[in-house]
Amino acid sequence: MDELLLSARGLTKRFGGLAAVNGVSVDLHRGRIHAVIGPNGAGKSTLTNLLSGDLTPTAGKITLGTTDVTGWTPERISRQGLGRSYQKTNIFLPLTVHENVRLAAQSREPQQPWNPLRWLSDTRTDAIKNRAISVRLESAIELSGLKNRRMAIAGAMSHGEQRQLEIAMTLATEPSVVLLDEPLAGMGVAEAERMVDLLNRIKPAHAIMLVEHDMDAVFALADQLTVMVNGEVIAHGTPADVRANAAVQAAYLGEDH
Amino acid sequence: MSTPRAHLEVLPRSVQFVLALGATALVLFPLVGSDFYVQMVTRMMIMGIFAMSLDLLQGVTGLVSLGHAAYFGVAGYALAFMTPADAPASLWWTLPLAVLGSGLVALIIGFFVVRTHGIYFIMVTLAFAQMVFYLFFDNKALGGSDGIYINFRPDASVFGWLPFDLEGRKTFYYFTLVLMLGVYALLRRMLWSPLGRALSGIRINEHRMRAMGFGTRGYKLTAFTVAGALAGLAGYLWGAQTGYVNPELMGFHMSAHAIMMVILGGMGNFAGAIVGAFAFEYLLHVFKDVTKHWQLLMGGFIVLVVLAAPRGLLGIVARLRGGTSAKTTAGGEQHG
Amino acid sequence: MDFATFLIQLLNSVQYGLLLFMLAAGLTLIFGIMGVVNLAHGSFYMLGAYLAYSLSAQLGSLAAAILVGTALAVMFGLALEWLLFRHFYHRDHLDQVLLTFGLIYIFEELRSILWGDDVHGVPIPPALDWSIALTDTLSYPVYRLFISGVCIALAVGLYLLISKTRLGMKIRAGAFNRSMAESLGVNIKLLHAVVFALGVGLAAVAGMVAAPVSSVYPNMGSSVLIMCFVVVVIGGIGSVRGALIAALLVGLVDTFGKVLLPSVSGMLVYMLMAAVLLWKPEGLFKQ
Repeated sequence: MDELLLSARGLTKRFGGLAAVNGVSVDLHRGRIHAVIGPNGAGKSTLTNLLSGDLTPTAGKITLGTTDVTGWTPERISRQGLGRSYQKTNIFLPLTVHENVRLAAQSREPQQPWNPLRWLSDTRTDAIKNRAISVRLESAIELSGLKNRRMAIAGAMSHGEQRQLEIAMTLATEPSVVLLDEPLAGMGVAEAERMVDLLNRIKPAHAIMLVEHDMDAVFALADQLTVMVNGEVIAHGTPADVRANAAVQAAYLGEDH
Repeated sequence: MSTPRAHLEVLPRSVQFVLALGATALVLFPLVGSDFYVQMVTRMMIMGIFAMSLDLLQGVTGLVSLGHAAYFGVAGYALAFMTPADAPASLWWTLPLAVLGSGLVALIIGFFVVRTHGIYFIMVTLAFAQMVFYLFFDNKALGGSDGIYINFRPDASVFGWLPFDLEGRKTFYYFTLVLMLGVYALLRRMLWSPLGRALSGIRINEHRMRAMGFGTRGYKLTAFTVAGALAGLAGYLWGAQTGYVNPELMGFHMSAHAIMMVILGGMGNFAGAIVGAFAFEYLLHVFKDVTKHWQLLMGGFIVLVVLAAPRGLLGIVARLRGGTSAKTTAGGEQHG
Repeated sequence: MDFATFLIQLLNSVQYGLLLFMLAAGLTLIFGIMGVVNLAHGSFYMLGAYLAYSLSAQLGSLAAAILVGTALAVMFGLALEWLLFRHFYHRDHLDQVLLTFGLIYIFEELRSILWGDDVHGVPIPPALDWSIALTDTLSYPVYRLFISGVCIALAVGLYLLISKTRLGMKIRAGAFNRSMAESLGVNIKLLHAVVFALGVGLAAVAGMVAAPVSSVYPNMGSSVLIMCFVVVVIGGIGSVRGALIAALLVGLVDTFGKVLLPSVSGMLVYMLMAAVLLWKPEGLFKQ
């Protein structure tokens, strides 16, 4: 039985009178990719933001492992083992790939900004002296396929490479649960293939939630599928189940499937 | 609406060379300079420390404080209160206490201020500094608008032995120089430390830092407090050198001057702060000499700097020499 | 404190608060809509006061001075917006802070060159130079009530403008979503100029009506600016309603503070701000 890493029950988010997300429940298991699909405005991004702590739920509960993390700040949830990537690339543009990922890796060190010892060590030699950071850093860079682009400045890279960096940074925080918000957005065929390959490689060790519009990738990758329309879940199950679901066909996939 | 600025963190060789020349010149200066100029350069170095402290907050962390002078002034006043009317106070007690005092005030105000962002941050730092200003301005017991005189420079005696006498102009100069270089070394070290990297990350993309698990509020408070303490060091030296403190030291103009110095030299690498402080003080001196309407010249100069040289003087030097090392962060501004 | 004294202090609070509101409304609108922080906003207040001084002497009447002065100030504001400010809407707050601080220096010096450094008084117009009796022993200057009246009238006008007119609708649209407003045909550049002119106008009028009471002196812009910032922070940036409530609050705290707790009165307003920030870090009515 795959380990249940994240469980969200009855999540609701209201803005004024409008419920962007209404009574949504999601389970994420280690070793499985759970895709969330739906038309624009369905509430998928809001759902992601609720799970990552960027938004506070109006109602509902989120459990990470055995801990109730409802209402926690993003930084606390991250340290509890959740990582997310962003739809709109959210990296450190003026820094190199190495520096970007190193910062992400640093986040797992004990924080203690007050500790004067943390004011004096030299992070440029960290990779040599600090094995833990070095391991996280190297593994993330390796996995995301950016080994040859280590010294490239993030702002100068291609869109696809930036998306890879986005993932690398998420992985370097060693999350057990990974939320990916449209990782394939704007990618060409080759880049998309690389990303799909990457996701399959990290799958065994993580619980992954994938918000995506690229249907080919979704049906190729997903073990489970949740379909959202207007803030609510209209279908849930394996890709085959969902494909056959009449309500989904009507609302979203169209007649041809 | 602020866009993350790319900063010159690793100084290119051309700049390092110029700085080394400058440091040498500073060491040799008292041998050739007149008393008046030794005093002026001492003051520039004190401003250099003040500017470097703000650079940590503004240049590295991206927090624009319009009230940094509050911590500068508090330490000067601390020295004034600790110095009796008829005898000097001990350097070894008063300096750490004054610096800690400024740090404490910064910690308290910082607690409120780091909860705010963007323009709110700018406004509340100003507002709290004004609060400190009025605290001293309105209360005769604290000196009032007239300020307080410090009749003796701090005494460096240790168990009866006097290693150096700060009453001497040249001695005070070298004392300040050592402190300035020490602060520079400390801050350069901090820049590449885990704290410094986190602060830079906060400047560039605070949202992502939080998403990665950094408690950014705690980091910002640390930066605010350390910057305040170092500003206190500068304020202490100012009080010691001039022998007089008044509420203007904590005022809006003083804070704005500090911002100007940091921008003028180039932010984020501390060398720029020193260069900016020297340049600004020198310009002030020149403008005041030229006309009694010097504010017109100063204002015009500031506007010119904003329009023409957003990366400051060091940025210009680096650009002129053309070569930049591979690690120089992305060139140019990223305008939204 | 007896009732008459209380009433006087209350009226003073309201008058001071309303004046602050005139300045804060402009500042919050300019920042809320164009994203520009203007440290020189107090200079427009000062400009108004000095214009009132010169023009009322030349034209013989404060009313005429206010009309002509407002026109002049607005023209000055428009020129400034066109020359400088409109190029700074996209820039870092730091650049804006620096630019406007440079402008403060320039304006102060221009003021010194044009009008000198003395403190000046502006005579209260004879028609308003009397006091209304509150009790047997205490009376209140009618001119101060006039100031409050002018401010209230302008506040109502501002409210009507923003919520009931097409211009107001465009202003709100531009604040909400600039590019969408643009594609719907709103001339954003013109809109920004209008908003800027509005802010300048309000500040200048405030300076003009207040001049007979507060006199006209160097650096008068700086002290009022900082209070203005406090009001905007407490009220919430971009909220005119917040600015009004915050301004009245500040007026009350400051005026009664000076009477009841004189030794800490200078700090009370800042303590109020700190308290508000603990509760709501973005102000009471943040948009």
